[in-house]
Amino acid sequence: MTDIPAIPKKALIVLGCPEAPAQQALAFHVAYNLKTRGTDVLIAGNPSVLNLLKVSDPEKHYIADTMVLEKCIAEVVERKRDCDLCVVFAHNDAAIAYAATMRHLLPERRLVVIIFGKDPGPLADEINFPCEKVVDKAVHNPVPLKAKINEVFGWAVSRT
Amino acid sequence: MGCIENLKYEMILPLGASFKECREYVEKNFKEFWYVDPGYKLFDEYIIGLPPIALGIEDGRKIIFPYTKPCHGTYLLRIEDQNEAERVRKTARKKK
Repeated sequence: MTDIPAIPKKALIVLGCPEAPAQQALAFHVAYNLKTRGTDVLIAGNPSVLNLLKVSDPEKHYIADTMVLEKCIAEVVERKRDCDLCVVFAHNDAAIAYAATMRHLLPERRLVVIIFGKDPGPLADEINFPCEKVVDKAVHNPVPLKAKINEVFGWAVSRT
Repeated sequence: MGCIENLKYEMILPLGASFKECREYVEKNFKEFWYVDPGYKLFDEYIIGLPPIALGIEDGRKIIFPYTKPCHGTYLLRIEDQNEAERVRKTARKKK
């Protein structure tokens, strides 16, 4: 793996289906913490999940750029888009497929997969590709998973 | 909606199939199958999934392939397209 900067210049956050409310709060948390540390953050997801973020953050305090997932995948495949860090939120089988795709397309980049939902254990077991896994039950309450995310990114002392 | 959803397709495995189940179904139920990696272009869309992704070919002109959507999971679809089937044969691989 090539050198990965301690503070990534560019991060890509890939969101799954928005049916688990914890995802939205945690996406804001990760995006905001990266943004305040100087990282350019792009959030990719389906139109519904992106609209949830845009409506919740109209002045873009927490988010910056967004892109529909299919377009983002196309740009990564076509090497028009790159990042130092990719964070994938996964609470179903489809999201694991997206994480595997990002691993394949960005083999040298830091990949963090946040696995949550009612029963994240079996989903986490499906992952047999290199990545950092953050796993915890979370559907409505994002706080326990937030603590684990902070630990992985070294934000443990963050007050955000 | 991607362009695949605008094509005439048959759904082979119902909603809720896992990606692994789709791959195993292709390997067990089709005499001719090929492997590709995520990002392989099929019907003008980039295919998502855990590598290797199994594509089946039936009657020489029908392609069976997994199609993943974030909220719905992975569908196993069949689309008839002789030219695309020929392209798969030329560009995909036989070994995992």
